[in-house]
Amino acid sequence: MTYISNIVRSEGDPKVLRAGPSSLTAPDRLGKALGWLSLGLGLVELLAPHQITRALGMEGQEALVRTYGAREIGSGVLSLSTEKSLGLWSRVGGDGIDIATLMTALRDDNPKKQNVATAIAMVAGITLLDVMAAQGTTARHSRTSGDRNIYRDRTGFPGGLAAARGAAKEFAVPPHMRAALAARSDGARHETAPTH
Amino acid sequence: MRALVWHGKEDIRCDTVTDPEIEHPRDAIVKVTSCAICGSDLHLFHNFIPAMMPGDIMGHEMMGDVVEVGSGVNGHLKRGDRVVVPFTIICGECDQCRRGNFSVCERSNRKKHLADKVFGHTTAGLFGYTHLTGGYPGGQAEYVRVPFADATHIKVPDSLADEQVLFLGDIFPTGWQAVVQCDIEPTDTVAIWGCGPVGQMAIRSAVLLGAKQVIAIDRIPERLGMAEAGGAATINFDEESVVERLNELTEGKGPEKCIDCIGMEAHVMPSAPDTVLDRAKQMMMMESDRPHVLRQMIYVCRPGGVISIPGVYSGLDDKIPMGQLMNKGLTIRTGQTHVNRWTDDLLRRIEEGQIDPSFVITHTVSLEDGPEMYRVFRDKQDNCIKVVLKP
Repeated sequence: MTYISNIVRSEGDPKVLRAGPSSLTAPDRLGKALGWLSLGLGLVELLAPHQITRALGMEGQEALVRTYGAREIGSGVLSLSTEKSLGLWSRVGGDGIDIATLMTALRDDNPKKQNVATAIAMVAGITLLDVMAAQGTTARHSRTSGDRNIYRDRTGFPGGLAAARGAAKEFAVPPHMRAALAARSDGARHETAPTH
Repeated sequence: MRALVWHGKEDIRCDTVTDPEIEHPRDAIVKVTSCAICGSDLHLFHNFIPAMMPGDIMGHEMMGDVVEVGSGVNGHLKRGDRVVVPFTIICGECDQCRRGNFSVCERSNRKKHLADKVFGHTTAGLFGYTHLTGGYPGGQAEYVRVPFADATHIKVPDSLADEQVLFLGDIFPTGWQAVVQCDIEPTDTVAIWGCGPVGQMAIRSAVLLGAKQVIAIDRIPERLGMAEAGGAATINFDEESVVERLNELTEGKGPEKCIDCIGMEAHVMPSAPDTVLDRAKQMMMMESDRPHVLRQMIYVCRPGGVISIPGVYSGLDDKIPMGQLMNKGLTIRTGQTHVNRWTDDLLRRIEEGQIDPSFVITHTVSLEDGPEMYRVFRDKQDNCIKVVLKP
């Protein structure tokens, strides 16, 4: 996209020759991929629950699959947002629910037991990736507790705070930026005062 | 040359790009000596403001030396001049520029047709701030082309360091204008939401302009500490109720003047359910901004008071309490900063030692470290408040 967008730039605008390292970290990229996976899986669960329940021998549970689809989409949107850690941890929680639900279908009388076992293995693998991404983004983006005293000496006033108070009182506010009379303590006087 | 380039959401890279070239007789090329990451760059980093394209160069706070001028600059600027580049590009000749309303210059947005559709009428072109405002390459780079350079510059003397004058291009006049348009009186209490770089400048401006009491609201300890150093009483909204505390500090009447230095990305917290709802709607593209601060200001402001909004909002905001606003007779003043309107005066104040804006710098790094510093600044790590980049 970067190189394609060069086409619309004017002649004198700089154009990218070589891309450098990104502000996105490896966990960010993994989280992004998992977010899109969540959206895709969620859409499939919402739109084709019958195929899923048939493949797993869980006929009759279509409403549940649709609910899980909505959950997946929610997690996907969160994972692709700036609150990605929350989204990825919600995926981890969702993985747990998925595995627990699949376990109920891992019965000898289920003719699709083999499919269920494969699905559990897949979800377990993805859970591992989810945990890695969630831990990675949480560690990378969490704020360490700040220090309220660290900038106490930074007044910004070379002559000191006391000298700075009202030092620019002579400044003439442009007439159209004057406060409404109602907001002025000397409103009556200003009613007739000339603008300057 | 090297430049910080937007590739997508949260994806900034230090790329090798072609050098900018003079396109128009009124252009100049500036070799950037210092530039900075602005809080409003984070809205682009998060892709909350539309019309960024992969390959766009970031940055609208920069200064440096003029290395080339077009034939139409006509002696206003020459090679070797040291200039701060204001973030608003101005022609200096249109009706709005003649009135001093530089941020709504009628001629500098080269993608006026887009802005006319979105805003109703175009605003000024801005550096590195989406194609809605012209798609001009920004100044987080080794070189930047300055359009309408004969008007779009602030000459600065060699006697002052880059760090003292760099912020004349944006955050200092932005904080100043935010307070000026409140029309401060000696009896006023000014409440300022957000102690980021613009909030810090607004605090100092309110002190200089003689407010009786300045109250700063934030939740980040180091920012609150810096606000106190500048003369503000502080409220940590993680620890106490903003409305209750503001009323306590104003004998139950509320502050006369309220300033929003937060804008569209108010902090999301379960204790304020409207922030959670705003965030959910923003994610679903049902609302552009999170206007919690705006709602709170309208609620707590003293009747007849003034609300000033330098914080950036991008589009549509829900649940704005128009009933409170109307019945209390509040005045709202907002807008991008008319930078050049204030800079002669502010430069004089820096030279006279009334203020030294370099106090806000917490990190100075190379351009190559820029992508990482976007993350550090956004995540508020390492006590980071303001990042200056040295190309």
